[in-house]
Amino acid sequence: MTEVAFETQNLGKRYRKLWALKDFSVALPANKVIALVGANGAGKSTLMSIAAGILPPTEGEVRVGGRVVLLSQDKPLYRSFSVADMLNFGRHLNTVWDQPRALSWLSRFDIPLDRPCGKLSGGQQTQVAMAVALGARPSLLLLDEPLANLDPVARREVTGELLGEVADSDLTVVLSTHVVAELAGVGDHLLLLRGGRGALDGDVEELLSQHTRLVGPRADQPPVDGQVVQSQHTARQSTFLVRTLLGPETPVAAPWQAQPVTLEDLVLGYLRTGNAEGEL
Amino acid sequence: MIAFHVDRAGSVPAYAQLVQQVREALRLGLLHPGDKLPTVREVVTSCAVNAATVLKAYRELELSGLVEARQGAGTYVSGTLGGSADPAAMDELRGRLRSWVGDARHAGLEDDDMRALVTSVLAEPPGELSAEQRAARAETERTTQTTQGRPSAGPR
Repeated sequence: MTEVAFETQNLGKRYRKLWALKDFSVALPANKVIALVGANGAGKSTLMSIAAGILPPTEGEVRVGGRVVLLSQDKPLYRSFSVADMLNFGRHLNTVWDQPRALSWLSRFDIPLDRPCGKLSGGQQTQVAMAVALGARPSLLLLDEPLANLDPVARREVTGELLGEVADSDLTVVLSTHVVAELAGVGDHLLLLRGGRGALDGDVEELLSQHTRLVGPRADQPPVDGQVVQSQHTARQSTFLVRTLLGPETPVAAPWQAQPVTLEDLVLGYLRTGNAEGEL
Repeated sequence: MIAFHVDRAGSVPAYAQLVQQVREALRLGLLHPGDKLPTVREVVTSCAVNAATVLKAYRELELSGLVEARQGAGTYVSGTLGGSADPAAMDELRGRLRSWVGDARHAGLEDDDMRALVTSVLAEPPGELSAEQRAARAETERTTQTTQGRPSAGPR
């Protein structure tokens, strides 16, 4: 269960003077869906490119178990190739190729095999790119916002089928997205990057059970011990997002209330805090 | 067979939504003992939630004795909810709730006000019944017994 799909140690990547990733150490669990979130420029794409082996790190180490496939937002398709040609191309490019898996993905979404890729809609092109990616039988599939141009219904369907693939095999998926609300129930594990560093990393259920929103009368400090992630104040009321062992089960004296948080609350809380210490 | 849906906008965790939907289907009689729940894979693809979420929901239902996992065959409903209460008592409670709702509307409460009131009363510690409540309960039990066999009170 605690197998590691992807591990880094003091990883750093510098573009000229700017460190896109710095002192980044993480061990991501295998056969899970890992939600990778962070603001623009937080280092998500850099991390994925390094994991896929297409970008050399400036310092530190990366270890990946098995085959890695990276699918980015600009899909690697040849416009004049038919869908069937694209699969052939994938077969020749990869040492391992699972044609039935690629075909079954395409048939699930009714993609015509004889149509040139250039004549397909943006959503259909995404499905072809996904089919080629899955056909390569990766053990680690890195998705860098590839679902961005799908309509909400198709996004849900693709996410569902993708989670089905994770359930059926030993596939690990790293899913980077800006649509945090869609991650609820999807991500098993959360990795939050901020300014090129890991700001939060852990099992989603565990993280949710260790955070709570405390609402009460105006106060400078929350009524319990714990790491204050975010605080908001109005004239009469204070709200704290706090990391404590008991999370929403933390006993607080009235009129304070300890409320559970959603994954979205958690992510937004950490993204809004610019300068929090106590990083992982 | 029950079809699940997961609402991502609310604050209820996905696994808890699945649990709630099974409990509700049991209460409404949409699920009966012996019915099969969708497989984990089916829920994963139809609702786009990860397998751990579905497994957690099914495990919780299993712990509360509502479903049982049969090795290699799937998850089956094994318990009931609400349906175990005496139908006459249910009718009686429903009638009193209906008249209570009438009073509440008369007093100017909206549906949401009533829901909030019910939630807050449910959240109160059970505590001792007051003498008045005990008397009312004894009275109810007497009437339920005497009205047995006769059609119960319909809507006003």
